[in-house]
Amino acid sequence: MLMFILRRLIQTIPVVIGVTFVVFFIMQLVPGDPAVLLAGEGASKETVNAIREQLGLNRPLMVQYFDYLLNVFQGDFGSSLKNSQPVLDEIMVRLPITMELAFFSILITIVLGMAAGIISAIKPYSLTDTSVMLVALLGISLPSFWFGLMMMYFFSVKLQILPVAGWDSILHVILPALTLGAGGAAIVARMTRSSMLEVIRQDYIRTARAKGLREHVIIYKHALRNALIPVITVVGLQFGALLGGTVLVESIFAINGLGRMIVDAIRMRDLPVVQGGVLAASLIFVIVNLFVDVFYRFFNKRIELN
Amino acid sequence: MVTAAEKKVLLKVEHLKQYFPVKSDSIFKPKAVVKAVDDISFHLYEGETLSIVGESGCGKSTTGRAILRLDEPTDGNVLYSGKDILSLNNKEMRKLRGDLQVIFQDPFASLNPRQTVKHILNEAMAIQNVVEKPKRMERMLELLGYVGLPQEALDRYPHEFSGGQRQRIGIARALAVDPKLIICDEAVSALDVSIQAQILNLLKKLQNQFQLTFLFISHDLSVVRHISDRVMVMYLGKIVEIADKKNLFDSPLHPYTKALLSSIPVPNPVLKRERVILKGDVPSPINPPSGCRFHTRCPFATEKCKSEEPALRELTENHFVSCHFAEQLSQ
Amino acid sequence: MSEKNSPILEVKGLKTHFFTKHGVSKAVDGIDFTLRKGETLGIVGESGCGKSMTSLSILRLIPSPPGKIAGGQVLYKGKDLVTLSEDEMRKIRGNEISMIFQEPMTSLNPVIPVGEQIAEALRLHQGMRKKEAWIKAVEMLRLVGIPSPEKRAKQEPFQLSGGMRQRVMIAMALACTPEVLIADEPTTALDVTIQAQILELIKDLQKKIGMGVIMITHDLGVVSETCDKVAVMYAGNIIEHAPTEKIFTNPKHPYTQGLLNSLPKIHEDQEELQTIEGSVPSPYNLPAGCRFASRCPHQKPLCHLQKPDLIEQNDGVKVRCWMYTDEWTKHTEKEGAVK
Repeated sequence: MLMFILRRLIQTIPVVIGVTFVVFFIMQLVPGDPAVLLAGEGASKETVNAIREQLGLNRPLMVQYFDYLLNVFQGDFGSSLKNSQPVLDEIMVRLPITMELAFFSILITIVLGMAAGIISAIKPYSLTDTSVMLVALLGISLPSFWFGLMMMYFFSVKLQILPVAGWDSILHVILPALTLGAGGAAIVARMTRSSMLEVIRQDYIRTARAKGLREHVIIYKHALRNALIPVITVVGLQFGALLGGTVLVESIFAINGLGRMIVDAIRMRDLPVVQGGVLAASLIFVIVNLFVDVFYRFFNKRIELN
Repeated sequence: MVTAAEKKVLLKVEHLKQYFPVKSDSIFKPKAVVKAVDDISFHLYEGETLSIVGESGCGKSTTGRAILRLDEPTDGNVLYSGKDILSLNNKEMRKLRGDLQVIFQDPFASLNPRQTVKHILNEAMAIQNVVEKPKRMERMLELLGYVGLPQEALDRYPHEFSGGQRQRIGIARALAVDPKLIICDEAVSALDVSIQAQILNLLKKLQNQFQLTFLFISHDLSVVRHISDRVMVMYLGKIVEIADKKNLFDSPLHPYTKALLSSIPVPNPVLKRERVILKGDVPSPINPPSGCRFHTRCPFATEKCKSEEPALRELTENHFVSCHFAEQLSQ
Repeated sequence: MSEKNSPILEVKGLKTHFFTKHGVSKAVDGIDFTLRKGETLGIVGESGCGKSMTSLSILRLIPSPPGKIAGGQVLYKGKDLVTLSEDEMRKIRGNEISMIFQEPMTSLNPVIPVGEQIAEALRLHQGMRKKEAWIKAVEMLRLVGIPSPEKRAKQEPFQLSGGMRQRVMIAMALACTPEVLIADEPTTALDVTIQAQILELIKDLQKKIGMGVIMITHDLGVVSETCDKVAVMYAGNIIEHAPTEKIFTNPKHPYTQGLLNSLPKIHEDQEELQTIEGSVPSPYNLPAGCRFASRCPHQKPLCHLQKPDLIEQNDGVKVRCWMYTDEWTKHTEKEGAVK
């Protein structure tokens, strides 16, 4: 097991490097010149060139890239082109907020998703099952920004029971977390349902019934523990989609998280900030997946050796 | 039945080893190995049926697969009609496969569910190029006749047949390429008793008709008794006894063979017999016991058995056994 | 009638049908038998004959839909199990009537320690406390011959061999000292030497506990070694029901005879095995008369018209075949007269 963790950690290094490479070079393809943007409207060509020189933007790309990479390994994520503040500082301020949002969203994904999945699985092909799965289908299909805006309109504007924007109290968390977690919940629901249905068909569930165990013990103690194993991986993968979703949700609900930072930086062509943000996000994703992999492997060893 | 005078060796297996590596967790722990087949040697005479019998983990199926190079053997020689099979390249081996066919245990899994019987048989013949295209239909009908399937079977898919019928299709496929040796790997184990009887009768008939040689792998001793000329008993990758059928069943020499025979529930309540019930489980082939592998369960084990591995030796005519005390125990 | 031989389970006219889009499958179609205390009854037959469904029906474990107990009674201690409420049925399962299954590899929950799988039955049915139940669970493991039971109890099934898992199943089934043990092909998936151990174990425990055992198997050898009485099933019906010795020395029903003749004998040489022509009728489309008629070497028009009843002969053997009825002689006489 230890070897596995070590191996996986080593595997993350090329992944992270790959991410920085991709981000760096994709940003080069985006139209718009950061020097021009910074210089502002009506700036003279000399001013723009001077800025470009100052920021080292006229060096060959590979040089710029390696320079950046070296700095990253030393903990220097560069400075924002907009306000010259160290990118890392900005990230450290925004990261906890996004993490909180992510946490609550995952909570919704897991709790709502599993509950829905279990309810459907207990009475397969019934009206409950069909309706829950239909709602799940909607959850996956409806765009999250539309969903978020609709909820905001309904609960905050019309009913006025929840705040529109900001991040001050627990009430502020509800709508964004729901918006972000709904898609994942739908996927988890479908996954849980099919996994439960498969587990319920197994011989050991028949044995449990033959022992005279009560139905809820069979479902929760015997079936669920086995059914959740593949669902865990799905949740882990969902986390990636979740991080991506923070970009939209934070923008809609005006939350000062990492996602919003990245979106604004893209608009401003503030390359270092974009890179730093994406890097941070991918590191988080990799770590989360490492945990999921280790967790899954721990459970899988039992099943494999069976 | 082959008489002693006519015995020509069709297949010779020498010191065959098949080891499978076991995935280990860390680079610090030594790589564990499953010694599925651990140095076995035997002959197979033309026209006979030699059965390999033993319980799970003894290596009988692995032996069959190794001979056919379905898994490349770790070590040893396999000589078919004097030719060393293991040194052949892919092309040469492919040509040889026409001679060496196999029928598998699971009649459900060994036929492609998306191919009709016609397709299955045609493919077999096409790969080995034994029959020219125009003659193939005739040959297919002929084959169906041999195995007792109706003409209409040609256009049907495997799932439309019963287990016994699917096994017949498997036999027809094996016959399609004019084989000399057929390895039956638990070919009747998945069938009901009455269907099993049909298939066994069929195999016997076909053997006589086409002078086939069978290597019959099974865990079921009653089936083995019925169909074999000679029987080979394996335990944890080693041969413990080889003998003519009658000798093995009437006077088994190895304690394991005796235990195996007495464990079989016999459908005859009137027959009183002494039962040897072995204690304990079969040891793991990853870490087989030292010396004689059977010593951990043998009621007669001594110190010598724990440390020294017995060789396979001929005790009475054509009756080989690997046990230090076979003479004493047979009294 | 001594206490030992009092009937504990009486099945009368049991029918279990499956309602699917292909039609109605009459898997079990009118079964009668009695199990007595301390007795082992073998239910033997080939695949599809309905023997497993019979045992699942007794404990009401038939997947429903699409299955349903369509008729008959299962009398246990004066109660009809078919009509009991689910709650009352649960109290009987694993407690008074227990069952062990064929596949020890998949019949135990892979993520729960084996000791716990035994203990939970004890806590539920015997009202034991956690510690008490655990101690008893370890005792049960010891009773079924598992070495180092304290250690093994904490392990998960994947850490045990097939033979040991089956022992765990037996320990689980017998923990609450049931009156009836239903063993559905308990040794089919095990090696022959382990099989012998397990059958010995069941026999020993039966003597100790004094329960009745229903042994379901397709292996006539197992029947011969373990059962007092045998019921042979074919296409959802019992076609012969007799003490074990009689079934083997003097089988009456042509199917039983055919079955015995098709067995390769371990102590004799045979040139060719006898086979039974044809195949089993589909449970969706059962013939009107005797279900074995189309395969029977003795078939007559009468056999195809009407299904014979299971009738007890003078020697106590019950057989479902026209040959053993008065109608048969009348029929053959008629034939003779016509000729």
